[in-house]
Amino acid sequence: MGHHSNWAEWIYIGVVIALMAWVGSEAWNAERLIEHIPADAEVIKVTGQQWFWTFEHEDGTKEIGELHVKVGKAYKFEITSKDVDHSFNIHDYVVLMDAVPGRINTVWFAPTDVGEFPIQCREYCGLIHYNMRGTLYVEDAST
Amino acid sequence: MVLELQKPRPIWQIMFSTHHTDVGLMYIITSVAFLFMGGVLALLIRAELFFPGSQIIADSMTFNRIFTVHGTTMIFLFLLPFAAGVGNYFVPIMIRYKDMAYPKLNAIAFWMIPPAATLIWLGFADFTWYATPPYSIISAPGPAADMWIFGLKILGVSSVLGAINFIVTILKCKHPDMSIGQVPLLAWSFLTSSLIVLVAIPTFAAALLMLLTDRLGVSGFFNPAKGGDPIAYQHLFWFTFHPEVYVLVIPAIGMMYEIIPRFSRKPIFSHSSGIFAFVLLSMVSFSSWAHHMYATGMSFTEKTVFMIGTLAAVPASAMHVFNFIATMWNGRIKFATPMMWAVGGIALFFSAGAGGVVNAAMPLDFQTHDSYWVVGHFHLFVMGTIAFGSIGFLYFMFPYVTGRMYNERMGQAHFVLSFVGTVLVFFTQHVLGLYGMPRRVFDYPPIPEWIAMNQIATVGSMVIGVGMAIFLINMIYSAGKGKISDTDDPFNLGGKYYWPYEAKNPHH
Repeated sequence: MGHHSNWAEWIYIGVVIALMAWVGSEAWNAERLIEHIPADAEVIKVTGQQWFWTFEHEDGTKEIGELHVKVGKAYKFEITSKDVDHSFNIHDYVVLMDAVPGRINTVWFAPTDVGEFPIQCREYCGLIHYNMRGTLYVEDAST
Repeated sequence: MVLELQKPRPIWQIMFSTHHTDVGLMYIITSVAFLFMGGVLALLIRAELFFPGSQIIADSMTFNRIFTVHGTTMIFLFLLPFAAGVGNYFVPIMIRYKDMAYPKLNAIAFWMIPPAATLIWLGFADFTWYATPPYSIISAPGPAADMWIFGLKILGVSSVLGAINFIVTILKCKHPDMSIGQVPLLAWSFLTSSLIVLVAIPTFAAALLMLLTDRLGVSGFFNPAKGGDPIAYQHLFWFTFHPEVYVLVIPAIGMMYEIIPRFSRKPIFSHSSGIFAFVLLSMVSFSSWAHHMYATGMSFTEKTVFMIGTLAAVPASAMHVFNFIATMWNGRIKFATPMMWAVGGIALFFSAGAGGVVNAAMPLDFQTHDSYWVVGHFHLFVMGTIAFGSIGFLYFMFPYVTGRMYNERMGQAHFVLSFVGTVLVFFTQHVLGLYGMPRRVFDYPPIPEWIAMNQIATVGSMVIGVGMAIFLINMIYSAGKGKISDTDDPFNLGGKYYWPYEAKNPHH
């Protein structure tokens, strides 16, 4: 202890606070843009249950474990669960939202590449949580 | 200091003692035993994940039970009791009082741990350390879950009793000549972390009761089938357990404050900024709990508030790092084992904090949430920072407690292996999370990057395991047959350099 000059500490704390303010405002701005759902997004109802995913398109077609979408189109997922908490995750498109029974959570995405992408559950849900997987098929708009 | 082990006493005398050093040592020895038990479970988890597919663990339910008990053990039966043990041993000495304020309460708080641990280990529940409903209500099998709930209930009461004891001891029993600003930083760390416990724990205690009655089917607080809300549980849980992270990390930082000035042979750069940062941390610890819940469907405003609350913890943590570095600056540093652990712990604390900023930033969190990134991130705190500070302090107090010196070479080998292993396991797990591997999985698809990262992590865990084996041998052998140490200056730092307390507390 004792008297010593503290200017270095004050500058350092100022730099840290400025850095955090920068990270925070950038994150705030990015999240604000990401959460803006396009008006023409097509709704897909996603239901998680032990231990598979069910998808229902706007036209009423249902899929289990597989999801077929068109490239370049915007989709809005309405996610819920039938039993316990799950988390709907398409890692390649940073789609991640918990499926909570009694609630409908929304998240949207617009696939940019044709191909197959894994769908997985990212919230612990019991015995076969590790294999609660599905596949996203992004298809050419013409097919 | 008190030489505990040089005058042999019958075991029952130690077990029924209420003296603070006896209770402190019982806390420490029990917690280190649980460190090894939890560690064996960690090695099992890592061994299973070395290859995709099922190897040594037959089914996923066993795997789920193992990681649940691993997490519960390490947090509630190793880190918390270890800190309580150090506090019991040193706080009365530091504030110059003969014992804790309530010695019997102290012994009761300790003796609640073995029955709670028995419940947790015999039950071997599977619903992860945060027991999230509705899984924990409708899906978690049998008495295991109820035993876990009762175990945690008992541990919660034990923590609150300990916290009351620390607060009263420090505020009411400190020597009249000692102002609150002169109380050493280790004691300050227990004061602030105890205040957090007192505010935070009752919330989870209430949630546990509701969870139990939900499981019994007589209520539906968190059960959506009965009109309840599972998200409410998550709020109650994290309102307790985000501050709990600070309950663990603040005493570890306090322990580093004891080690770093002595081995730098300089006084602490700023005692008052250390106190300020502790108090600030304990307050901001309550402003960030829901950053664990960004993906539960929170509104944009909620997420923004909790992001700001989370980032607010960074300047206070950074003040501690600054204080450590400024203390070491121009010091005559002696890199003996305790100093290595403390400095390694600071480096990993910094890395863990940097990862935490990434998690706090809302859009990035959706990349990392519930992936292996999170596993790597919080292990850098609990292992890299808290366990490193604690183990360093254990080496530091060893000669004062036993009157014998541990083997320095083995201590340094333990540090090097643990540091390399920690980097191999937990930095790798960050990358694994960015590749998209979810946490809490028994098996994974054979994606080449996932396999490579998992194998590096498993090798790292074995390296830590070897280090811990050396640690165990060193402690047991040296306690009985180590070189007799000079209790005035066991580390040859040159006289009684910066030694603020020399009181002895004889048994009474």
